[in-house]
Amino acid sequence: MPRPKRIRKVNTPPHFKGYLPIGQPEEHPVILNFEEYEAIKLCDYLLYSQAQASLEMGVSRPTFTRIYESARRKVAQAFVHGRPIVFEGGKVYFDSEWFVCNSCGCWFNQPEKQIKVTSCALCGSSEIEQYNGNSILNNSYVENC
Amino acid sequence: MKIAITSTGNNPEAKIDSRFGRCSYFVIYDNISGSTEFIPNPYVESIEGAGPASVQLIASRGVEKVVSGEFGVKVKSIFDQLKIQLIILSNSDKKISEIIEIINHQN
Repeated sequence: MPRPKRIRKVNTPPHFKGYLPIGQPEEHPVILNFEEYEAIKLCDYLLYSQAQASLEMGVSRPTFTRIYESARRKVAQAFVHGRPIVFEGGKVYFDSEWFVCNSCGCWFNQPEKQIKVTSCALCGSSEIEQYNGNSILNNSYVENC
Repeated sequence: MKIAITSTGNNPEAKIDSRFGRCSYFVIYDNISGSTEFIPNPYVESIEGAGPASVQLIASRGVEKVVSGEFGVKVKSIFDQLKIQLIILSNSDKKISEIIEIINHQN
């Protein structure tokens, strides 16, 4: 039996479900896991080195490279064949769902990931920021396998 | 929208209970009708599983947000699945009436 996969940390999941090619049928989507989305984001958008990015996601550097490689191949598949991309699944937990309100001092999260958080859930103030430290609840994760 | 608040007593002057699963009372506040309901927590003395059982209790009331001092490790994933929003007021000794007032000033 293979060793179970480590749970990958994903900072912010995408606020939308995927991409559609223009003028192509919406069939045979490429499933891009959340961890693969995160790998592309860390490496190509935030310009982290693979070693930094692997620390960020809580996996080893070689594992990160495999995730990143798989992500690039899937994106290339979708581009060449004109297939939609759907973000789904992966062995991940979402860490930075927590937000801090600077007005009333509360912490809150947003379980509905498609909604962008713009105001405090308690007092409605817009002076909020995302909490980027370690998770305040340990061992909390969402698994979508 | 219904909001659950953990409370140490069964009146609006009681303070927020810092624990979720073993709080004394749950306050279910409806910000549309303005009604408050106090439910004694049957799981205060539970040895194990008070958190998940409490989640089921308040989820059955159709709550969309929960305000408490802290949440245990078991309950967050259940709340995530139920799409219920968690709000943590840590180290707070606010009264239930004060929290309801904050919620009402949201708009």
